[in-house]
Amino acid sequence: MRQPSATVSSPKKSSRIMALLGRLAALAAVYAFFAVLTPGAKGFMSDANTQLMLQDIAVVAMAAIGMTIVIIAGGIDLSAGSSIALSMITTAYVLNLGPEGGKLILAHPIALPLLAVAAAVGVSTLIGFINGAMITWLRIVPFIITLGTMQMVRGFAKLVANEQNIYPPAEVQDLWVARLLDPSKTVLTWPFLPLAVWLVIGAALFTGLFLRYTRLGRHIFAIGSNEKTALLCGVPLARTKILVYMIGGLFSGLAGVLFFARLGSIGQPTEAIGYELFVIAAAVIGGASLLGGRGTILGTMIGALIITILRNGGVKMGWPQYTQEIVMGAVIIVAVAIDNLRQRRRT
Amino acid sequence: MSDALPTPHPTTSPLLTVRGVKKSFGATQALKGVDLTLERGQVLALIGENGAGKSTLMKVLSGARSADSGEMSLEATPYRPDGPLHARALGVCMIYQELALAPHLSAMENILLGIEPTHGPFMNWRETRAVARRALDEVGLPDLDPATLVADLSIAEQQLVEIARAVAVGCKVLVLDEPTSSLTQKDVQALFSLVRRLKDKGVAIVYISHALEEVAALCDRFTVMRDGETVGHGQVGTVPVDRIISMMVGRDVEDLYPRSPRTPSTPILELRALAGQNAPRSAGLVLRRGEVVGIAGLIGSGRTETLRSLFGLDPVTGGEIRIHGKVTPPAGPAKRWRQGLGLVSEDRKTEGLAQNLSIAENLTLSRLEGLGPWGLVRPSRQNAAAAPWIKAFPIKCQGGEQAVEDLSGGNQQKVAIARLLHHDCDVLLLDEPTRGIDVGSKAQIYAWIDRLALGDAATGKAPKAILVVSSYLPELLGICDSIAVMTRGELGKARPVADWTEHSLMLAATGQDRRT
Repeated sequence: MRQPSATVSSPKKSSRIMALLGRLAALAAVYAFFAVLTPGAKGFMSDANTQLMLQDIAVVAMAAIGMTIVIIAGGIDLSAGSSIALSMITTAYVLNLGPEGGKLILAHPIALPLLAVAAAVGVSTLIGFINGAMITWLRIVPFIITLGTMQMVRGFAKLVANEQNIYPPAEVQDLWVARLLDPSKTVLTWPFLPLAVWLVIGAALFTGLFLRYTRLGRHIFAIGSNEKTALLCGVPLARTKILVYMIGGLFSGLAGVLFFARLGSIGQPTEAIGYELFVIAAAVIGGASLLGGRGTILGTMIGALIITILRNGGVKMGWPQYTQEIVMGAVIIVAVAIDNLRQRRRT
Repeated sequence: MSDALPTPHPTTSPLLTVRGVKKSFGATQALKGVDLTLERGQVLALIGENGAGKSTLMKVLSGARSADSGEMSLEATPYRPDGPLHARALGVCMIYQELALAPHLSAMENILLGIEPTHGPFMNWRETRAVARRALDEVGLPDLDPATLVADLSIAEQQLVEIARAVAVGCKVLVLDEPTSSLTQKDVQALFSLVRRLKDKGVAIVYISHALEEVAALCDRFTVMRDGETVGHGQVGTVPVDRIISMMVGRDVEDLYPRSPRTPSTPILELRALAGQNAPRSAGLVLRRGEVVGIAGLIGSGRTETLRSLFGLDPVTGGEIRIHGKVTPPAGPAKRWRQGLGLVSEDRKTEGLAQNLSIAENLTLSRLEGLGPWGLVRPSRQNAAAAPWIKAFPIKCQGGEQAVEDLSGGNQQKVAIARLLHHDCDVLLLDEPTRGIDVGSKAQIYAWIDRLALGDAATGKAPKAILVVSSYLPELLGICDSIAVMTRGELGKARPVADWTEHSLMLAATGQDRRT
């Protein structure tokens, strides 16, 4: 295995490229599988279905960006699904402010959507802060803390929504908040993809570069790899960890806003249950290690695509729910097993 | 013959022989041909640098790995263990450096793990206790209740429990891998007398160690391994230490401890009655530019805690710290790094280094500034920053991008020290800087310490101030200008190294010099 140092410029880089190619191949295989088995105008490849998938991908991928950062830092955020729901509810709640017949949205069609998004993202970032603060100050493992906040945040979502769906006025349907996931006319007309998909791509690029090229990004990897070493080297542990969970919350919040648009401008407090598991699965399929210190945004994006395609394709195939669940679970395990084998062979 | 009672003296046929054993992992040939002979009642030292193949050989012996070729025989019958359990059943037991006990189980459960006496499906507790009792008596723990949880035992006691596990199955060959690496001097003596007792009962012992003094004190014969081969055998005491070291490293080690004449100048670091939570109770010290000061003392005397409190890893509860003459309040590591201090942790595996990150990442972690425009960090610049240190130390690796976990202990330690040099610290706090690493790496690290303390006028590098904590007295006596001894949390006055001998250091460390 060991080669002379002069000839091998970067053993790590080549193995990284191999891992990426492997994931892309898996993605292509999953896509081709469904494309071949469900052909035709109503099949997997149809425009309508592609649009539908893009919408789902946007939500999962947005939340998965934040989750990847949390996982790289050696943490986990089980409250992501609930935060998505609370963010969605907050969006709907703000847009629905005002008495019947005198809704604020009619008077402030520009300011109120901005406020709604700000409130939604603000609330979920705050949840992230609370997660991070409790994890650092109470010294309880992230799994437990976010297991607790997962329940609490879900409760708050139901409380704010009064245990009902929130239906903002019909006028909201025409605003940009509701149209984030609207398909473009065809694939070849501007903006080619739903606005939200562009947002996700932008956010992914930004965070990918952020993780790689900033001090904070390197600190996040260091904390995830070995917290004691990070402390020894003067990395501000508490601040960095809290920030990490805030970033996680922020992306859950953004995903919640997209979810609001995805559901047709409705706030449903019981939606996105168990969503954190898809989001975590996306990161893990993408190569993030739950032990921390390892993961990439690009990998996570591929993971999010695989997860969404599996879910959508399963429906298209007419698989019953249980088959879909069995397949999904198996794919997660197989993906990680392959990754582990490759890691082991390298060393 | 095979049923003969254990005899106190070696008899004619060897107990264990190893002939031409080879073992490869992928393209790496870990064992290229190993020969070994072990008699009853003999203590054989197996010495060699890290990476020489000692641990692979031990894994082959204990059945954890199977050899590719070669022959082994035990009591004149072919010995081919198909797993550690089988090897144990045949009488070959292994005590690894990292103890393999279940901390939540009691001592007796650990001793009889896998061979529990039972009544049908139920544990036979009375028998379990009795067997454990006998084994604990035998290893010198007559006062230990067999029902004590292992987690509540000291490291030394845990090690004895593990040896008791070997004794309980009636082992014939006991392999001890670096058994003293985490023991205090007193526990080491207890371990030695246990080894001698087992030896007298006819047990053959393979003793793996870096410490040649221990080998001299305890072992009958030695076998040296290098690059997967056995390169020398001999009778302990008949071969000079220099010769053994040369065998280990494959070349002559001229002077292991270089100490150029130095002229200490201004004080950089001053401690006055520094106190921490449990330790230190009172530590006073002056460290000047261009000198190496050592802190000796027993493990647990508060040496490590002194460095850690000073560096902000442990709380400070009293006393005063001055850096460059100015009093500085207790602060965290981030501030200490900014003040020009750097610490190498005694535990490079779990604290010193982030094992799955790259060399460059580890080396630059404390100072990521200046590695890209606008405060950004460019990975290529991190690698470029690491490259000169990799070359200068030298750190044996494939490049700065290689993960630290792939490196040998010695090379890992060089990465940990290089971090301080990348940071350009004025004060280097080195906690056990050469623990568990090979002689070659040690020599390189000593040379660096000397070079740093001396400074380099040509490149304008000012001399550094270096504080070394070590349990290895020859090392302290070899590289330091002065040494202070820590006893029960109190740091004694630093005295020139010429005033100390190993003996006087030991007396001071055990607090016996004050009574006289």
